[in-house]
Amino acid sequence: MPSLNRRELLQMLGATASVAGLPACTREPAEEILPWVRMPERRVPGEPAQYASTLSRDGYGQGVIVRTHAGRPTKVEGNPGHPGSLGATDPQAQAAVLELYDPDRSRTPIRAGAREATLADFDRELEVRLDRHRQRGGEGLCLLTGSVTSPAAVAQLERMQQSMPAVRWYRHDALARDEVYAGARLAFGAAVETIYRPDRARVVLSLDADLVGTLPGSLAYARQLVSGRRPTPGDPSMSRLYVLESAPTQTGAIADHRHALRAGDVYGVARALAVRLGVLPQGERADIPVAEKWLDAAVRDLEAHRGAGIIVPGDHLPAAVHALAHAMNERLHNAGRTVLHLDPVPAGAGSENATLASLTDSMRAGSVETLVMLGVNPVYTAPADIGFAGALTELEYSVHLGLYADETAALSRWHLPEAHALECWGDLRAYDGTPSLVQPLIAPLYGGLAALDVLARLNGRKETAHGLLQEFWRPQAGSDFESFWREALETGVVPADTHGRVNRTVQAGLERRLPAPGPVDALELQFRPDPTVRDGSHANNAWLQELPKPLLGLVWDNAILAGPQTAARHGVVDGDLVRISHGGREIEGPVIVASGHAEGSVTLMLGYGRERAGRIGNGNGYDAYALRSSTAPWVADGAALEATGRRAQLARVQQHHGTEDREPVRESALHEIGALAEEGGGGGHHESLYPGHEGSRYQWGMAIDLNACIGCRSCTIACQAENNIPVVGKQEVARGREMHWIRVDHYEQGSGEERRTYFQPVPCMHCEHAPCEYVCPTAAAVHDSEGLNVQVYNRCIGTRDCSQNCPYKVRRFNWLDYNGYESGRFRKLATPAPQRNPSVTVRSRGVMEKCTYCVQRISAARIEAKKDDRPIADGEVVTACQAVCPADAIRFGDVSDPSTAVSRWKADGRNYVLLGHLNTRPRTSYLARVRNPNPSALGDDDDGR
Amino acid sequence: MPQVFTPRSNNVARAVVFGSIPALVILLLVSIALARSSLVTGKGRPIPQPVPFSHAQHVGALAVDCRYCHVSVEESAFAGIPPTETCMTCHSQLSTGSDALAPVRESWEEGEPLRWRRVHDLPDFVYFHHGIHVSRGVGCVSCHGRVDQMVTIRQVRSLHMKWCVDCHRDPSSWLRPPEHVFDMAWRDPEHPSQTGRKLMARYGIDTASLADCSICHR
Amino acid sequence: MAAERPADRIPVLEPGQTYASVTDHMSALVLRGPTRRGLVALFLLFTALAILFGYAVIAVFARGVGLLGVNIPVAWGWPIVNVVWWIGIGHAGTLISAVLLLLRQRWRTSINRFAEAMTIFAAGIAALFPFVHLGRPWLFYYLVPYPDTMGLWPQWRSALVWDFFAIATYILVSILFWYQGLVPDLATLRDRAVSPLRQRVYGFLALGWRGSARHWEHYETNYLLLAVLATPLVVSVHSVISLDFAATIVPGYHSTIFPPYFVAGALLSGFCMVVTLAVPLRGLFGLEDFITLRHFDRMAKLMLASGFFVIYSYAVEFFFAWYSGDEFHRYVQINRLFGPYAPAFWAMLTGNVLVLQALWWRRVRRSLPLLFTVAVIINVAMWLERYVIVITSTHRDFLPSMWDSASATGWDAALLIGSLGLFCFLMALFIRFLPLISIYEMRELVREREAEP
Repeated sequence: MPSLNRRELLQMLGATASVAGLPACTREPAEEILPWVRMPERRVPGEPAQYASTLSRDGYGQGVIVRTHAGRPTKVEGNPGHPGSLGATDPQAQAAVLELYDPDRSRTPIRAGAREATLADFDRELEVRLDRHRQRGGEGLCLLTGSVTSPAAVAQLERMQQSMPAVRWYRHDALARDEVYAGARLAFGAAVETIYRPDRARVVLSLDADLVGTLPGSLAYARQLVSGRRPTPGDPSMSRLYVLESAPTQTGAIADHRHALRAGDVYGVARALAVRLGVLPQGERADIPVAEKWLDAAVRDLEAHRGAGIIVPGDHLPAAVHALAHAMNERLHNAGRTVLHLDPVPAGAGSENATLASLTDSMRAGSVETLVMLGVNPVYTAPADIGFAGALTELEYSVHLGLYADETAALSRWHLPEAHALECWGDLRAYDGTPSLVQPLIAPLYGGLAALDVLARLNGRKETAHGLLQEFWRPQAGSDFESFWREALETGVVPADTHGRVNRTVQAGLERRLPAPGPVDALELQFRPDPTVRDGSHANNAWLQELPKPLLGLVWDNAILAGPQTAARHGVVDGDLVRISHGGREIEGPVIVASGHAEGSVTLMLGYGRERAGRIGNGNGYDAYALRSSTAPWVADGAALEATGRRAQLARVQQHHGTEDREPVRESALHEIGALAEEGGGGGHHESLYPGHEGSRYQWGMAIDLNACIGCRSCTIACQAENNIPVVGKQEVARGREMHWIRVDHYEQGSGEERRTYFQPVPCMHCEHAPCEYVCPTAAAVHDSEGLNVQVYNRCIGTRDCSQNCPYKVRRFNWLDYNGYESGRFRKLATPAPQRNPSVTVRSRGVMEKCTYCVQRISAARIEAKKDDRPIADGEVVTACQAVCPADAIRFGDVSDPSTAVSRWKADGRNYVLLGHLNTRPRTSYLARVRNPNPSALGDDDDGR
Repeated sequence: MPQVFTPRSNNVARAVVFGSIPALVILLLVSIALARSSLVTGKGRPIPQPVPFSHAQHVGALAVDCRYCHVSVEESAFAGIPPTETCMTCHSQLSTGSDALAPVRESWEEGEPLRWRRVHDLPDFVYFHHGIHVSRGVGCVSCHGRVDQMVTIRQVRSLHMKWCVDCHRDPSSWLRPPEHVFDMAWRDPEHPSQTGRKLMARYGIDTASLADCSICHR
Repeated sequence: MAAERPADRIPVLEPGQTYASVTDHMSALVLRGPTRRGLVALFLLFTALAILFGYAVIAVFARGVGLLGVNIPVAWGWPIVNVVWWIGIGHAGTLISAVLLLLRQRWRTSINRFAEAMTIFAAGIAALFPFVHLGRPWLFYYLVPYPDTMGLWPQWRSALVWDFFAIATYILVSILFWYQGLVPDLATLRDRAVSPLRQRVYGFLALGWRGSARHWEHYETNYLLLAVLATPLVVSVHSVISLDFAATIVPGYHSTIFPPYFVAGALLSGFCMVVTLAVPLRGLFGLEDFITLRHFDRMAKLMLASGFFVIYSYAVEFFFAWYSGDEFHRYVQINRLFGPYAPAFWAMLTGNVLVLQALWWRRVRRSLPLLFTVAVIINVAMWLERYVIVITSTHRDFLPSMWDSASATGWDAALLIGSLGLFCFLMALFIRFLPLISIYEMRELVREREAEP
């Protein structure tokens, strides 16, 4: 049982660190080595091990493979075998290893008023109360959870409701997708989960949906969508993507046709589409903010590709839009082919009577005696209009289980530290219902409890989470449970698929059930989860705080997004503090003028303004929940915006978004793709006085497909996790000192229908004629025989000449003691030592650093290959950025071998190098963007707000 | 006007003028020598261990193979320090009463690891991999010396970068056939450089990349 | 009236000065010493600023270069600007003493001594700034080829390595030159000093100089040889420094005109600094007879000459930006004209181009207040010139996504002001303890004048 080994390993945690050569160690005269007392089986000291597990993505499972060094989880990779991951992860999963070691995590049970409290005390108290509840069939006992996709947990909850029928189970999830299920009920009469297969689609129409960004299945959708968007001069075929959106999203950024409109207007447009598709009767002619021509073109395209199209509505849109989308997908024969239906993945999804609002009512009514809150933070995330916090303070007995002693913990009678997902047993369902196991990689650092442990207590069970888990899965296993279990643990996917597909048809008379389209007046107010800290639960994660938000480049803050005209109308510019008021409540936040944002609408980002998140998360940004109402959680009408005349400092990683006609990103229309090849890749063709680059058998290189990149910046944070990249904080970023080795440049060009957004990941180019090398006086920047441009930290004295001479400005400098060894200033930001990757040096103050092509991974592969006297196989070296990329936009390998994946990409006609005329001969090259416009939709004079 | 200086002070002047140059040279030479002395490298300094383990006794007299204790030396970067278990395989029977072994028994009973002290300590920015060196025919002796003759283990090489790099630039004279890697007493029958050249080919050692910075620094 | 006479009719040494009067005046400055209250207060101010400099340097060493206004893309900040500026100032000294000596320009006599001191102090301060700039200054010796235990050498292709040698050589030679020039005067001071301590100190430094014919013979030969040795350095140092920029591919740095351009700029700033020092010294220590309007007139003309080469270089930079057809190079120049750092650029142009023209007028050349003002303005403008070169080139170079600007911090200011304080502090000490005008060379002038009919 590997878990046992890891439990022992924990004892070694601190000590074995020194064996693994933990770079954080300063050099003491006599370092200590602590061997095992008993050596576990199948374990090589000093070598990393990997285990499959599952991490939550807003409640849905994403399969991961976790690398541990001497028992310390240090890096998370996606699990290629898991449908919710396909080898990719979201930024939150990458940051999980930081969260695990977060010193601010709650460490002990807290009992309101008591100086100290133990778990035993709690169990004693709970037992007494439970007896009382049990006698009354569980009356007065209430449970509050997020959306639960864990089969084992659901089983326990059901068991509880059987044994105690009067127990009430409420669900509160700030990002709950209620409208999705409501929409399904409107169309089918039953709540269903809708998932998509963009890989089968030739035409995709997004109604304000961030298909590749924030949907539960986005990791898979991104991979599948771009798989249909890789044209080559040889095979110029590519799917077409239409996007109607209110706030700029990653999906809109990669669209072939994008049009901005207010979320409130989408329903009207959906109706217009439905009319054109014959879902709704003719005759209705509402005036809609999209050109007829545009809609007609999209409709013709969809009809031309029946069964190979997708209409996907945004989660935040009203049920009616979802219902219409279902009807239209059905009419286009997409349902069952590109649009699939399942039973809802979260248990009891979309049931109106189990909401936080109804819980609060019954709390006020006094019918709640004991409230158990599992892994939720309602005091912070509750809508402002229901006054949950007030009700909770009055409540006599409340229990809160959470990773942090947060806002809710502060108002609860009991707070119990929760075990981190990397510390405990459990299971989760993916967006498509596939279940997979959560296995502990390390014993709970602070002795936290898993949700299952608490449920066990409520059910009066003595089993551990592990026991309950096996108990649940044993019946599903069939005859040989052991092999079933081992397979589930090793592959990271539970072999038995217990979550079937369902076939639904839209019930007749939909038009009668649909509400009439109301006019959108005044200023529209939108709430969106923050791209990095989501609903706020990741607020204390420094990596996520410093991860530039897609399309904004903003760090450490949230902002209020408004279109240029709207901003101009209110006379505000970037960084102005504005007051937004709605429904008698108001908040203040800084404005960011987002070109491409719908006018007459502002977008607020949730997840900031925390007060009890921890030392990292407290006091950043404004709290958008303070404006949110339970009736209109996503889109609200009739808001007011006024400038306060004050300004706020916002730290953004990119100051200038124009391309200055320097064409950093090449683009061609699909029908002109051949021209790219003739244009040539640029660079590499000039004469040069330098000796040619001769070297050893491997020549490493990278290619990045700009037509695939969705600008999610997962690569940036994956690189940070792999390469011990420090966090520098808001002030330093504002001064232009961020440390990320791979940045994602974001350019804007044109306006209206011609407005284009470009993403360009920029790691070190590893130039063969590297300008950084010949100016370095100490030979700290040198070339190695395999074509890597390496930076030797211990030889660097910090003249910074290399950075001055780098045309790509990919080098990063340790201006101050960012690892907090000397000064206190950065100590709170410093990554805890156990997370550090022992294969990568931690850089000290005054040293230049940059992307290394993950040289530690190359070395590991080289050593392995040499040991068994074989060449390194293609795909054996995978860089951190490549591994994490949901869109599979990065290829890395040996460019001297024409058969490798990267060589094939570089041979593609779309291949070009950045600033080729400098003849730096970069090893990193790009595949040009390709746009696939619908000829008949082009050229309308729409201003495309 | 009275003389400011006595004639003797000329000598002082001369001494200062002509003495300063040699003084500088000497200072330079001393500092160069110091950087190479065991004061700085820690070479030859015996480091007291919790248990007075004698390699001479175990390797020399009893001819225990290196890999019996350093299990991971062939695959891992870290050669591996034996678990208490390994000691107890014999010492649960042999010299069970010895005071010297008391810490071992203690560790075995209490499950507390022994706290050995590192002898060969490379800077944290240097990545040395035992496995690859052993598999390419670098003998233990080449870096660790005649461990089989050491009662208390000590560092016998300077561990200076130059010392590493010299071998990395031309390893030919330091290689041995695989079967002799763990052999403490092996002497090359024929001329080292000849064997070396053969072995280079046999091990497929590519000196082009061997002296790259990225081989050891990441 | 002085102002009316043509330059060559103004003597380099006003009549009435004899061997005795010259010697008395000069040695008195040192042996009796100027003890006016104002001077003491001034000296205390300089001391305070010097201490501020030390404090700032220590702070940057202890906490990191992050204290300064630098970032990516502007990874070179004020320290580099200061290096170039101070080294530039350090140029005039050697030129005046070595080159003018070889050219037999007698008028150099009364200004060479303190010009050389200025050179040494300026170059010394310039040599400090690279350490402030380095990320890990304690490892600077990686630049030096020494038998290390790593089997490594410096990277000879890098201009920075040659910088190290260039500056070191320059300082060394300047010190030798200066010291040898001092020897006879030190002997004079030894002989005139009353306190035994001074006698011994000056005596020791005078290296037993007795002024015998053989002494003088060796002396003159050696002095000439040193002059010859020093002359190429006037050109080499700043040329090498300019390569730090010229040898890169950064638009705005990468330019073949840089070596001569930097030398000319250096001379201009050097002469300005000499004037800036000469004017107050003349007034404070009653040197009107020794530093005459003729000196100022000559120096003003030199300023004009070198100034015009600088102006030419500006023109060439713009021409080649246009002529190269390189959009990045073009943009850098346009960005200097109209970008965020435009004020600095225009201020620089005003100083080095417009104000300089004032020197066409004899009135200005002969009027100390005006000349002084011009000199000071150009000194500032020359600092701005280096600022424009160093900062504005990378802040908007190749990729628009990385365009960013860096703003200086209080520490930057402290270092600059502090270094000025340190400079004045050292000059003050020099004036107090060594003759700021070469006594024996003035005596030669006296003899020459007497030789005249």
